[in-house]
Amino acid sequence: MTDQNDPRQLPGADPHTGNRKVDPVTGYSTTGHDWGGISELNTAFPKLVIWALVLTFLYSVIAWILLPAWPLGRDYTRGLLGLDQGVEAVEGFRELTAERQGWLDRFATGDFATLQSDAALMGRAMPAAARLFDDNCAACHGTTGQGGPGFPVLADGSWLWSGTPEEVALTIRHGINANDDSRIAEMPAFDWMERADREALADYVAALPEGRGDTDIPAAALFAENCAACHGEGGAGGLEVGAPSLTDASVIYGQDRDTILRTLAAGRIGVMPAWSGRLSEAEINLLALYVTSLSAGNAETVQ
Amino acid sequence: MLKLHYNLEKVSMGFVAAIIVVASIGGLVEIAPLFTIDETVEIPDDLRPHTPLELAGREIYIREGCYACHSQMVRSLADEIDRYGPYSLAAESAYDHPMLWGSKRTGPDLARVGGKYSDDWHRRHLIDPRVVVPASIMPAYPWLARPLDTGLLGDELATLARLGVPYDDAKVAAAEADASAQSRPDSDGADAVRERYGAVIAVRVFDGDPWQLTEMDAVVAYLQSLGTLTKVPYEILAEGGQ
Repeated sequence: MTDQNDPRQLPGADPHTGNRKVDPVTGYSTTGHDWGGISELNTAFPKLVIWALVLTFLYSVIAWILLPAWPLGRDYTRGLLGLDQGVEAVEGFRELTAERQGWLDRFATGDFATLQSDAALMGRAMPAAARLFDDNCAACHGTTGQGGPGFPVLADGSWLWSGTPEEVALTIRHGINANDDSRIAEMPAFDWMERADREALADYVAALPEGRGDTDIPAAALFAENCAACHGEGGAGGLEVGAPSLTDASVIYGQDRDTILRTLAAGRIGVMPAWSGRLSEAEINLLALYVTSLSAGNAETVQ
Repeated sequence: MLKLHYNLEKVSMGFVAAIIVVASIGGLVEIAPLFTIDETVEIPDDLRPHTPLELAGREIYIREGCYACHSQMVRSLADEIDRYGPYSLAAESAYDHPMLWGSKRTGPDLARVGGKYSDDWHRRHLIDPRVVVPASIMPAYPWLARPLDTGLLGDELATLARLGVPYDDAKVAAAEADASAQSRPDSDGADAVRERYGAVIAVRVFDGDPWQLTEMDAVVAYLQSLGTLTKVPYEILAEGGQ
């Protein structure tokens, strides 16, 4: 039996000292392995790597002391620095937003007239407001406030709930038909009405924007009886109840005969989410000013 | 030490065993303690499991591969908090089997999307994303308008209950009825769903059609629930991260 751990018994070793043959070219000893006359150098492990290992061990010992490291059953060592990833992230977030917060806090007051008169402040705030709008509002209202199918246009100066910054801020804060009672508007279904009456009403409403509101026909009486309470006499709309004007070119769902018939049959209940909680009060006020500025250039009917 | 290594190298099976021992120290130290440390997953008091309808939506979310482009984890980094809201907690996906954190964001993160857009927006967006977001590269999912198959929901709740999700026998038994009632706010079952899952759940006609329970109902209900299962992440952010 040869003892695998006894260097003297390995091939190529001196049977008395256990030393191996030394390679005459490099001066290194050999491992004793022999492949048909080719022997393997027993090159020493590089010192550099050993030092690198020692340094990493040292670093890990220091890290164990300073940072959260060792598990202890249900708990773990916190480390002397007391660092916490969550706290660091929130600190980083506050640092990131600190510069913005400096001027954004001024919007928390909601004193829109004063804010608007401060040109320097507005010059700084509006680009940020545009980004805020892009991230939160543009998905429905379009990147320039041009609206979309079923989503109101913000850039035409025609409003459902009034276009003053105060009212717009209220709408953003509470949403419309969201989980809140501040802004509730529902177009009820008129499915109980005779189909012929609905068709007459649809023709009448479809003609309203062209100013052909003939008041003597039966449909006008139907309108006065069923629609005028919200949409106003003659269909001018009602800002108190969020009822759209039926006399202007601004529409949400469409004002052609077929769309009106669908609206009459099933009703409409558009929803805008409430943003308080998701956006800060200052951000909401900033957005309100931005939204009102979208229609500043092309206000057709300021109500 | 080097001498020991020198000799160990020559015993091949012993050397393999030594490698396994050394390599598993990493796993033992980094992974195993997460199962015993209390802080790993701290279930908040107000955390609720998904309702059957939301769960059906989650299954469709997985079926359609939404997770391939959308992550559901706001990382604990400053700019992520700025864009999406409070960073995600492990507990928020404690009842998800499997979790859908994801790592690829071709689309935006969805962990906080619940309540951000209206149901109507989600419906139009899923049927054809370009209608509401002209630059979107998301595929359209018009077939979500088909009826929802609720047949397996009871079994799914029972399976999740065995994995530790708090669905009791009453919830399992009523799974199918609850899925249908959550999208019918005027039905008799609507109050029963609220009673079982809490008043915070949304009971609405998610797809705009009160007469039929569709896959759209389920997906929209699921999307609107993301980030609303507990309020604790918002409280932690307000309190400075801990």
